[in-house]
Amino acid sequence: MGCTAGGAIVYNPTLFCFRRATRFFMQQAPFLEVKDLACERGDHRLFSGLNFALAPGELMQVQGPNGSGKTTLLRSLCGFVQPVQGTVHWNGQDIGEWDDDFHAEMCYLGHLNAIKDELSALENLQMSAGLAGYTVSDRQAVAALRRMGLHRREHLPVRVLSQGQRRRVALARLLIGDAHLWILDEPLTALDVGAVGLMQELIGEHLSKGGMTIFTTHQPLQVAGIETRQLVLS
Amino acid sequence: MNKLSLFGLLGLVVRRDLLLAMRRRTDVLTTLVFFVMVVSLFPLGVGPEPDMLRKMASGVVWVAALLASMLSLPRMFSADHADGTLEQMMLAPQSLSVLVLGKILAHWMLSGLPLALIAPVLGLQFDMSPQALWILVLALLLGTPVLSMIGAIGAALTLGLRGGGVLVSLLVLPLCIPVLIFGAGAVEAVNGGMSAVSNLALLGAFMLFALVFTPFVAAQALRISME
Repeated sequence: MGCTAGGAIVYNPTLFCFRRATRFFMQQAPFLEVKDLACERGDHRLFSGLNFALAPGELMQVQGPNGSGKTTLLRSLCGFVQPVQGTVHWNGQDIGEWDDDFHAEMCYLGHLNAIKDELSALENLQMSAGLAGYTVSDRQAVAALRRMGLHRREHLPVRVLSQGQRRRVALARLLIGDAHLWILDEPLTALDVGAVGLMQELIGEHLSKGGMTIFTTHQPLQVAGIETRQLVLS
Repeated sequence: MNKLSLFGLLGLVVRRDLLLAMRRRTDVLTTLVFFVMVVSLFPLGVGPEPDMLRKMASGVVWVAALLASMLSLPRMFSADHADGTLEQMMLAPQSLSVLVLGKILAHWMLSGLPLALIAPVLGLQFDMSPQALWILVLALLLGTPVLSMIGAIGAALTLGLRGGGVLVSLLVLPLCIPVLIFGAGAVEAVNGGMSAVSNLALLGAFMLFALVFTPFVAAQALRISME
């Protein structure tokens, strides 16, 4: 754990202990806060002066035409993209200073499914869980896949599944983790009506447990009893 | 849901890459067949003079091993990059260096280890003495991990570039020259009636040095490539 001072990484034991202690004693509700964020792609300024906060139980949809920076925004929340200006804070702390602890509390699902054609759906799910730092039993993984509507497809190589079924395998990752923050980039791509309904249900459950979700989609996505906050990039 | 320890994670990445390679065997076999072919071409081309063959044996085997390991380098991260797994690896709550070390280990088991194990059979074509064959295997076992480790940095830096394959070789080959010199030197020392200990010790030192630094450097290179 280090913090940045004048460009150099220095170890600061006091801050480290303080941060851990604060988290332990106060059990503060997690929250995401974006202040004055600006991102560029190439030399092109995508957006600037972006401010918003996301609290537990909140759902936010990022909207905007193609090329308006929706994906870049979500990737900057993960720390993949360095913003040219502004900060992204998790629980009041810059995500750059969280190191890997922040990653344990979030789940990102991008355009790419991050699944291997050669492995079965079950193996894929267990490997994804492993890369995220935990193990799941066969039973848990099978249950998650069945919930995603992949009954009796668990042991087939993903190669033989359809695009929609592959997306379901990728989405099953959300069910086995305990991330607070879901960052979903076009989660509904290639999904049929039934699966879209299922996603709405899953997001609803996640929010009711105190989770938060930020997503992009061009399809309507409504979660019963929860108002979707809109963030429009132009 | 149980937390995974660092060693658990390392094991998982190695297991995963080996499993993937087993389901896609051609990649592994290409490297091995390339190595066998290149080494076998020399006795055919140079002619069957035992003295000359014995002299050039270790050099030929080492150069072929170097080229064969370059062959599989571009694939080290590219498949994971293409299907988005690399993104998820960078979001892993553990250090990326551990994941990279796991990938390096798997890469060595699939490219370096088979070469070292088959080398004695190829050495027979060059009329190498039994003692020289042992030293050759030992030197390869110590040296090929270094090739995989240095190669990982090159593979990470050229990720997603067009024509990255050639670029990796241009970046990595010069850095591998010390390994080549001391690896081939070990066998020559034995042939000359001297002890190969100093050469092997230096190879071992290279390996330990690379083991400490390269996973970290390759992880940083991956971060740069992903931005």
